Amino acid sequence: MTIRKWFKSGAPWIWLNAGAIAVSVIMVVGLLTLILVRGFGHFWPAPILETQVTTPEGGSVRVVGALVRSETIPTQVMRESGMSVPDDQQVATRHLIKQGNRDVTGRDFRWYPEWAMSEWRYPDAALWIERREWGDFYGFPLRLLENGRVIAEGEARVWEALQPRIERANRIHEEIESIQRGEIGRVNYLMERVRLDQRRAQMAFEQGEIDAAERDRRLAELDVRQQELSARYGELRQQLEDLYDQVDRDVLVARVADGREWQVPVAQIVRAAQPNAMGVFQKLGLYGERLWNFFTGYPREANTEGGIFPAIFGTVAMVFVMSIIVTPFGVLAAIYLREYARQGTLLRMIRISVYNLAGVPSIVFGVFGLGFFVYFVGGAIDEAFFPAALPSPTFGTPGLLWASLTLALLTLPVVIVATEEGLARIPSTVRHGSLALGATKSETLWRVVVPLATPAMMTGLILAIARAAGEVAPLMLVGVVKLAPTLPVDGNFPYVHLERKIMHLGFHIYDVGFQSPNVEAAQPLVYATAMSLVVLIVVLNLTAINIRNRLREKYRGESD
Amino acid sequence: MNESVVASPERGAPGAQPGLLPSGRRRARLRRWRAFKDSAARYGIGTAGVGVVMALALIFVYLFSEVLPLLTPADVKPLQRYELPVEAGAQPAYLSMERYEELGVVFSDRGEVGFFETGSGRVRERVPLPVPEGVEVTAFSHAETGQNLAVYGLSDGRVLVGRHTYALTYPDDRRYIDPGVEYPLGQAPLELDPQGRALHSVAIQEGDNGFALAAITADQRLLFSRITTSTNVFTGETTAERETYTLPAVPDRMRQVRVTRDHRAVFVIGASGSLHYYDVTHPGQARRMESRQVVPEGEQITATAFLVGTRSLITGGSDGSLDQWFLARGEDNVRRLVHARSFEDHDAAITTIAPEKSRKGFYAGDASGTLGIHYATSDRTLLLKTVADAPISHIGVSPVYEALLVASGDGAVQFMDLRNPHPEYSLQALWGSVLYEGNEEPMYQWQSSSASDEFEPKFSLVPLTLGTLKAAFFAMLFAMPLGLMGAVYTAYFMHSSVRGFVKPTVEIMEAMPTVILGFLAGLWLAPFVENHLPAVFSILLLMPLAMILTGLVWSRLPDAIRRRVPAGLEMLMLVPVVILLGWVCIALSPVVELLFFGGNMRQWFTNIGIDYDQRNALVVGMAMGFAVIPTIFSIAEDAVFNVPKHLTQGSLALGATAWQTVVGVVLPTASPGMFAAVMMGFGRAVGETMIVLMATGNTPVMDFSLFSGMRTLSANVAVEMPETAVGSTHYRILFLSALVLLVITFIVNTASEIIRQRLRQRYSNL
Repeated sequence: MTIRKWFKSGAPWIWLNAGAIAVSVIMVVGLLTLILVRGFGHFWPAPILETQVTTPEGGSVRVVGALVRSETIPTQVMRESGMSVPDDQQVATRHLIKQGNRDVTGRDFRWYPEWAMSEWRYPDAALWIERREWGDFYGFPLRLLENGRVIAEGEARVWEALQPRIERANRIHEEIESIQRGEIGRVNYLMERVRLDQRRAQMAFEQGEIDAAERDRRLAELDVRQQELSARYGELRQQLEDLYDQVDRDVLVARVADGREWQVPVAQIVRAAQPNAMGVFQKLGLYGERLWNFFTGYPREANTEGGIFPAIFGTVAMVFVMSIIVTPFGVLAAIYLREYARQGTLLRMIRISVYNLAGVPSIVFGVFGLGFFVYFVGGAIDEAFFPAALPSPTFGTPGLLWASLTLALLTLPVVIVATEEGLARIPSTVRHGSLALGATKSETLWRVVVPLATPAMMTGLILAIARAAGEVAPLMLVGVVKLAPTLPVDGNFPYVHLERKIMHLGFHIYDVGFQSPNVEAAQPLVYATAMSLVVLIVVLNLTAINIRNRLREKYRGESD
Repeated sequence: MNESVVASPERGAPGAQPGLLPSGRRRARLRRWRAFKDSAARYGIGTAGVGVVMALALIFVYLFSEVLPLLTPADVKPLQRYELPVEAGAQPAYLSMERYEELGVVFSDRGEVGFFETGSGRVRERVPLPVPEGVEVTAFSHAETGQNLAVYGLSDGRVLVGRHTYALTYPDDRRYIDPGVEYPLGQAPLELDPQGRALHSVAIQEGDNGFALAAITADQRLLFSRITTSTNVFTGETTAERETYTLPAVPDRMRQVRVTRDHRAVFVIGASGSLHYYDVTHPGQARRMESRQVVPEGEQITATAFLVGTRSLITGGSDGSLDQWFLARGEDNVRRLVHARSFEDHDAAITTIAPEKSRKGFYAGDASGTLGIHYATSDRTLLLKTVADAPISHIGVSPVYEALLVASGDGAVQFMDLRNPHPEYSLQALWGSVLYEGNEEPMYQWQSSSASDEFEPKFSLVPLTLGTLKAAFFAMLFAMPLGLMGAVYTAYFMHSSVRGFVKPTVEIMEAMPTVILGFLAGLWLAPFVENHLPAVFSILLLMPLAMILTGLVWSRLPDAIRRRVPAGLEMLMLVPVVILLGWVCIALSPVVELLFFGGNMRQWFTNIGIDYDQRNALVVGMAMGFAVIPTIFSIAEDAVFNVPKHLTQGSLALGATAWQTVVGVVLPTASPGMFAAVMMGFGRAVGETMIVLMATGNTPVMDFSLFSGMRTLSANVAVEMPETAVGSTHYRILFLSALVLLVITFIVNTASEIIRQRLRQRYSNL
């Protein structure tokens, strides 16, 4: 075949088309790989390198830290950004080193050109510390102080003495946390309730529902209650102060890259490791611990460190409430459209409209939710049921309930479409059989048709959940915040607080990635959060696809 | 019948063999119960179903109901009519109202301030200002409405400055407003004219660094004075530093003077209808910069007022004309007087103009008793209504625009209910180009809010719509070839075993949260593209060539090798080629940059005059394109796959090659479906929020450049909605943009859905 003939046959087009799908698949796989590698990779203890970097002034600084990434760029770009580059170099590689020690140097991430670096060494004693404040610390252990007294000196001894002390500090911290979140949170909550009750009593009096004596009696009761709570609060504060005193006992003295000695209070240490000296299994252990902490911990440092537990919890709570709302209504609407409504042009139009709502931009639902649910319905609820709290709104402000309702509206078409599809797939012979045996329409429906269609409904629900879990735009308007002080479910009556604001995985990504001042430090965490979200959604979708496929097979068999 | 039988119905009739059926009565009851359950289910499900449909319809209805108030016309309704509390023989000089619309204030032309209750006209307090004995008031002027600052010019060349204040107290939990008058420059009159002549016209404004005063004396001298006050922290004493300048006169008889709040411009109105502008930035060298004739010969300027911010001057003529003027800085950095617009003429001479406190609107009264409500930015005349028999002499506007005081020549004042919630809205303001304050040319701009009160909101939806279309266009440019071509290959050529893996892989991306794509686009792709610009372009150019070349090489290979690979695996062969080419392009990127672009392609773009933003349409196009590929792919693939096999087999049997069959048979049959796929993808790209929010700079721009960012309707709503005041014009315009999005996507989706349904019918007929 000549080349000309080959072109004429259209074969190049086939190859181009094949290329298009190849590119698409590579992009999809590449994207997932990127997220998974960066997301999971963040928790792997990176080796700590030590090197000498020649400064443009001719001096030399020691750099200790972990390599983040490298890139090769034309030196022209570097020159234009004000760096001095040797004239003979045209292309240069540079490395981004995470130096940590934000409190020591002020810059925890820094690019260094390769030509200025001496050979990289990986000293075993190099210490990596995850701290509660100021980000990570890199250095070499020198001494360990207890109440200002030296109790261990030398790298090996300090390292040995350090571990139990970190554990002790962490235990105390856990206690502090539990008092702060649990007990003090509870006292605050009750105090707010007392304040509202006082207001309520006063309002009832003003509206003439109770007389002055009754009001005074109620207020006196509340006063007693308030004093009890204040006393309890004082006790807790005292407990906390004691714990804080205890936790401040130990201090680690370490040498940082430039040779200075630096004091790191053990109370600040979340965990410490010497990654260069660790074996693979030790690293695996640390990896698992960090990963677990990421999923179960609370965020620190303006969300850029720590865990994402509240975001996971908020996402799950919101999706849960949404499912409770969307399932019955979606299923009933689908049954109505498919089984009861008179089939005709009008119904076709309605059906197309409902289906199309799935394609309407989610931000439109957010606008609707904010205007209608939050301001209109929420405002009305506040006036009717929570007048004592006004002017601070209870339901008249974005919150869990409104977020769930908005997403329920958003995902309603998904559930309706899936359920209708399931109902349509049920062979009419099954229906006719039931009717022929004398069952009424509703009996046929509830005992024969709906049970057969249940997997389809499940598919719809899972797809709805997957969509809801990934939506962010509408949630920004109707109830998601960057940092919620309390979870929507806790031990205080009525246990589930639908009016509270929540955190959300998707919004967490947006917020930490784009609103945080130190993007470089926050990025690994964003990748990890994105990874959790992707895994969640891919798993949900695969489940749905699986159920759908099995369903198809099942009825293909039955209708034959 | 025996009782026990009824009690044990399962036995059947007495004496007979016990049957399985219950008794007749029992069965009837059961039938009734079942019928009841059946109809209960029918109505219950019906109610729920209709309810859900209604709830979804409510979205439309509610968005409309929030947008509709934009169209409410302005109106006034007289509530009360009473006499103004001015001393006998005096005339009112100024009328105003405080924030709660409870109290009105009237300044008389003899130097007395009267406070009265707006609802009844009852006098609350009358405060005579300390005008010295033997001196008469010859001029009066009020600063910007919000400053509550008034100045009297006296016959001995001095001025008296006073401020009306309203102290709020809550005795017994009820609001009580206690009015009063303060003297920010001291109770004693201040000398303005060293020669001591009577002042014919005065003007005052308080700015960031003190007061500016201007006056025209009886002998036609123009005076300008700046007063900087400082308060001693320890003694509480106020000292005023004053510098007075005489400005050159105008070639016309001067009637009125106005000074701006930034103390940099003085306007003088001439008796023959001329307007003169002085630059007083350096008062020592101040000179007349420009003079303009405002009204035709023989007519006069009868009223003037600054809009809030004192950047725009409104002039009203004896011919009933109303014009807006402001200073605009040209390219040579010189400020020039610009005639912004003319408003709808009144039928009689304009007698008074009252500006709004924080919007760019004003109320004008004329000699025939007609009240006009006008708005500058939207270029609207909202109302022209005759409210009095006599000429309107003064108008007092409430700071919250819900009430008006209108005084007519006969000394009576009307307290009126005002409804004017959304004057900023007009089709021109939303979709047309508008001449904003301080500009020489009309433009399209979106800038909804700013920190200062005197800011002119710019509500042009054009840049946002353009940004939306721009983002969608580049996304489609990226997604359409990949999605459609990929669909054709997957559905028609691909080996079924590969297809079983490829199709779900691409389709699962449809569920990918866009926030993740946006985050990657903004934080990973944008810097990557910026650093590897040559790689991006070389990949775009070389990739198709490499694919065809691979095909060519393959076709040259000996048959023995080619036969071993079944048809439909071209894609798998191309995967390593694509990866390798991508890697080579990226690795060589710095070299290419060095050889052809002077080492920095971004700088090279800037040098040839293209602005490069890091987060630009190229990045958005790729990220959002990636987001819509699954939509396009999935629908188009279905359309191609469902083309009946006998058609393609017929074509092949007649000797057409595979590709000829695709072009001649498959594509024509499936084209409506592919069109629907593109529409769906477009609908998704138009409404996408998170990607554009994170991967663009969110700057509203008016260009279509590949290397600049944009702000889209959806991102704009997401950014601004939580911050706007409920019920404000801005709030409603955001609802309008949401409605626009809803309608666009709804139409696009419905169209593509109908096309698909038609297509399905056609397939079943073939």
